[in-house]
Amino acid sequence: MSRRPADAFLRVASITSVALAGLILVAVVGVIVAGALPGLRTFGPWGFLGSAIWHPSSGQVGALAMVVGTIGVTGLALLIAVPLGGLTGLASGWLLPRGLAGLLRLVVMLASGLPSIVVGLWGLTAVVPILAQWHPPGASLLAAGLVLAMMTVPTVALIVDSALRTIDQQQRQATAALGLSSWGALAAVGLPTLRGGLLTGGVLATTRALGETMAVLLVAGNVVQVPGSIFDPVRTLTAGIALEMAYATGDHRAALFVLGLIALMVVMALLLTLRWLVRDDGTGAGYV
Amino acid sequence: MSDQAWRWRDRCLSGAVLIGTCVLLGAFLWLVVDLLITAWPRLTWSFLAEIPRRSGRSGGISSILVSTALILLVCWSVVLPLGLGAAVALSSSQHRWTQWVRTSLDVLSGIPSIVLGMFGMLVFGDLMGLGFSIASGGLTLACMILPLVIRVADAALRTVPKGLIANASALGLSRTTTLLHLILPAAMPGLAAAFALGTARALAETAALVFTAGASDRMPSSLADPGRTLSVHIYELAMNVAGGDASAAASAIVLLILLILIQAGGSALLGRISGTAG
Repeated sequence: MSRRPADAFLRVASITSVALAGLILVAVVGVIVAGALPGLRTFGPWGFLGSAIWHPSSGQVGALAMVVGTIGVTGLALLIAVPLGGLTGLASGWLLPRGLAGLLRLVVMLASGLPSIVVGLWGLTAVVPILAQWHPPGASLLAAGLVLAMMTVPTVALIVDSALRTIDQQQRQATAALGLSSWGALAAVGLPTLRGGLLTGGVLATTRALGETMAVLLVAGNVVQVPGSIFDPVRTLTAGIALEMAYATGDHRAALFVLGLIALMVVMALLLTLRWLVRDDGTGAGYV
Repeated sequence: MSDQAWRWRDRCLSGAVLIGTCVLLGAFLWLVVDLLITAWPRLTWSFLAEIPRRSGRSGGISSILVSTALILLVCWSVVLPLGLGAAVALSSSQHRWTQWVRTSLDVLSGIPSIVLGMFGMLVFGDLMGLGFSIASGGLTLACMILPLVIRVADAALRTVPKGLIANASALGLSRTTTLLHLILPAAMPGLAAAFALGTARALAETAALVFTAGASDRMPSSLADPGRTLSVHIYELAMNVAGGDASAAASAIVLLILLILIQAGGSALLGRISGTAG
């Protein structure tokens, strides 16, 4: 123990803050579980996952349609974001000369900094009207997927880019000296890195897409139904919470907490799996 | 494979990469231009200075800006001491428990913000009795940005050369003096970047605030009043106000300008640390 009182105070204060910060997650999980327990007790887990009929006021809390909606918009967003983000990341991290790559990286960073609500507004005023002319009603699974893709492509691109840039320049020069083309060199020395970048980017895009609420709410149409096609309106779990929390009471409110718990559990499982699969590379790309 | 087939494959790959890049750039450009065109009629200086009228269809966003600033103030008055303290503890220890704290913070930074909003509503709104208020919203945002701020501040503190700390300790300086007069000034650009990133994340948030800070567009008179941030204002105008699109887009432009100013400041500072550390 230090002899100086100021040092002792510093030690206690910093350890207290780190303990508090570390315990927030525990508190969040605890509070959401506590909020969800009455709902789970009243309706049982099967009441939520065994039905697609959502009428909380008459005791029907089937969340299946919203689970399908969430999986649908997230899956569609990933189907667009992983290839498109991967290609853009390859452009700035591998293909383009230094100056152009820097410029592209700057624009991608600007795009990644767009608040999701602004992307949602663009979806509502620009994308939905076009889709409505092509395949009414416009506000649909497809619109939500496109808006989420716009949000997550830059994330995937930046992570792939920063992963590719960790490849040793000497290795690249050595492969060039062997007469390999730029893509031949990538196949020779860059594939594991590219795979790691796409995996990290994909999982982070998934958690972002799963958790996104307001932007999706603006463009998805929010009808509780299992969609028959990508042009049908859907409601996601998070949108369901946001739409009804303001007036929900009693069992209804507890049912919404169960929806929150489902979303929380899925995201936590994904993040912990990623942490187990990919060790922290120290770039901090995933945290910004 | 023949030489020609290789070359053909290379060209296809390069083409795909360039097309993919152009699709992203095109969509981004479309978004910005669309936003500017929609916002144009509402973009005047008085938009910043007037209170919202007719649910925001006319008038301005002055009360929204005040609420946003107050929510950020509450948020930072918690995050600044707590985040800095936690970052100091994490950066000066190699124990096993730091890994646990890091994992916990990483997971926290990834959980859906609406779930944090539900947490804030129960804990700050109901349990602590703050109801829908700026205080409740600011505290919820604090939980949300804390992991990001700690992560960046921790990294900044680690860039301070170990020799500096060893020398200070050899000279008999106390840990507190070393921290306040050597480590913090040396890490200041990185700490400022943490501040910028945290503010940007907080400004962009919508879902965590709707059930904590509320959605009132009136001028708040205290931290116990509800208040709307810019992001929530954009959401409300787009979702619940017919004919609110132009005001929503104009608010979005204001939000983007604020974010660009903050990020530019932050990245200039980040560039300065990597410049001096390298």
